[in-house]
Amino acid sequence: MIKSNIKLLVLSFLLLISLRPLQSAEMVDPIKVDWSFKGLTGTFDRASLQRGFQVYKEVCASCHSMQYLSYRNLGEPGGPEFSEQEVKAIAASFEIEDGPDSQGEMFTRPGKPSDKFKSPYPNVQAATAANGGAYPPDMSVLVKARKGGANYIYSVLVGYEDPPPGVTLDDGVYYNKYMAGNKIKMPNNLMDGLVEYADGTESTVDQMAKDVTTFLAWAAEPELEERHKTGVKVIIYLVLLTILVYLSMKKIWSRIDSEV
Amino acid sequence: MSEHEYVPKSKAAKWFNDRLPLLTLGAHLTDYPTPKNLNYWWTFGGILTFCLITQIVTGIVLAMHYVAHADLAFASVEHIMRDVNYGWLIRYIHSNGASMFFLAVYIHIFRSLFYGSYKSPREVIWIIGLMIYLLMMAAAFMGYVLPWGQMSFWGATVITNLFSAIPLVGDSITTWLWGAYSVDNPTLNRFFSLHYLIPFLILGLVVLHIWALHVPGNNNPVGIDIKKPSKDTVPFHPYITIKDAFALLVFMIIFAGFVFFTPNVLGHSDNYIPANPLVTPAHIVPEWYLLPFYAILRSVPDKLGGVILMFSAIFILFVLPWLDTSKVRSAVFRPIYRQFFWILVIDVLMLGYVGAMPAEGIYLVLARVGTIYYFLHFIVVMPVVGYLEKTDPIPMSISEPVLTGGAEPSLARKVNDKV
Repeated sequence: MIKSNIKLLVLSFLLLISLRPLQSAEMVDPIKVDWSFKGLTGTFDRASLQRGFQVYKEVCASCHSMQYLSYRNLGEPGGPEFSEQEVKAIAASFEIEDGPDSQGEMFTRPGKPSDKFKSPYPNVQAATAANGGAYPPDMSVLVKARKGGANYIYSVLVGYEDPPPGVTLDDGVYYNKYMAGNKIKMPNNLMDGLVEYADGTESTVDQMAKDVTTFLAWAAEPELEERHKTGVKVIIYLVLLTILVYLSMKKIWSRIDSEV
Repeated sequence: MSEHEYVPKSKAAKWFNDRLPLLTLGAHLTDYPTPKNLNYWWTFGGILTFCLITQIVTGIVLAMHYVAHADLAFASVEHIMRDVNYGWLIRYIHSNGASMFFLAVYIHIFRSLFYGSYKSPREVIWIIGLMIYLLMMAAAFMGYVLPWGQMSFWGATVITNLFSAIPLVGDSITTWLWGAYSVDNPTLNRFFSLHYLIPFLILGLVVLHIWALHVPGNNNPVGIDIKKPSKDTVPFHPYITIKDAFALLVFMIIFAGFVFFTPNVLGHSDNYIPANPLVTPAHIVPEWYLLPFYAILRSVPDKLGGVILMFSAIFILFVLPWLDTSKVRSAVFRPIYRQFFWILVIDVLMLGYVGAMPAEGIYLVLARVGTIYYFLHFIVVMPVVGYLEKTDPIPMSISEPVLTGGAEPSLARKVNDKV
């Protein structure tokens, strides 16, 4: 009796879930990429992270901040893993405002690994004003802040198209297949050969989009590799303990005439 | 409570126990006679205790690093995620822990509904349990506000605005709740304070919940009164403790699966966007465990009506022991009620589903049908079915032979283990 009820339950739930496509028909689903960091044991592609950082630094960083990251993060395990010297050099290539000094004056100095990523604008208002009224979002947790995550970010980066006939766009507005509403204020900044990769990889738009998305995925979840590794150990431990406790339970309950 | 008086062995222990009978309490808890036919649906009490302790412990650690200020809250959460040692683990346990807590409490509540655990003489246990559930919802709601993301801010705005529906004094009450003229820094501060307070209130109620349970003793899948102690019962330790431990471990495996492999799947991506009072998200949705009530709220075109109906949906449960007219506790022996029980489960799941969807078209229709049925179940079905239903024969005891033609006493366990 209860069994048939369960069937009914499952059936009605499936029916409900099948209603979902009706609602999201007008949105184009993002491209599914087989990221190396997907899955239970997924890890980041180190070389891709380093290239992605280069794209971020040379292209994105002129408008987008990443205020929750520090330069030292670039050398930490599970990330791009730049060497200590490289991290120091990267940090030192930025002029960071510090102070006040003993005279009460603000001053600038070369960046240190402990500094946060330098933001391109002093505040949100300045960033908004400089970008035609659209604030370029901080990219620290962007991958976690968008439905579809890394797939969505990648899709938007490669999703620029000429608007279909009948669609007119205002100045400074661009057509993007994957953006909600199809209108985006960020121009298509990626073009083949834009960045000269240090490792000699050919910098196609697709390659750069994948690399920078990988970098952003790490930036949003710098703990991902450690989380996956710890998770596998925790689950194995719990499963073994569960088996032991199960056997103990069987033994204890066998003392009385009952099944557990 | 236990039949034989506990006497400590050592003199020192006796001296202490005469002054504060903690050892007697310990002995009572280990000896506590428990029906031996409890199935795995009964392990969720222990699981819920684990959830509460986990939330309190991780919460205390998070509070050491969190800053309850509108300008700093979001950044302090990122600080926890990036710079605090294992901060990501503690936060993900805490945020997913809330979901696991609600998953467990819903199973616990529906178990009670199926086996009639709310009925005499256990009404007070049931009512204390509902008070815990109410406090859980308050704690979870305020906790969700603390990261000060978009859903935090707009969820808080929607929920606190409900109070403005109260005639005459509504707006004043809302302003008083906010501590400002909109959801702002004072709101965040008081939510943090209350979010820290409520779990300890829950802890106190849990003590009362268990105390009240230990007066009549556990209900059981057969739903009959049993003599305690007797051959129908086993001492709580080791029989129930080991079984609870096993179930808890299985639960922890699922919990760990969420924490380590999909820590954000139960949350909303918009909550990683810092709160912005000038930008309203396309769809404001609460956390999944509040969705059925959200659906009920939105199913009424009138704001005040929606609020009243939503609160009624919870408060009607408080009078459930008196709405249910059946003499038989367990749905195992109630063929008609059992059908309605499963319809209610489907109804609540459906309400949860439409609560996540925009309140328009087919979803609005489903929400209205679901809401009407929800109330019909308690106001009409429970009293009427209780009177009219012809129940199946009930066994005399858990281990004694059954009346001829009656259901197997172990049926309840066997059938439900598969569920």
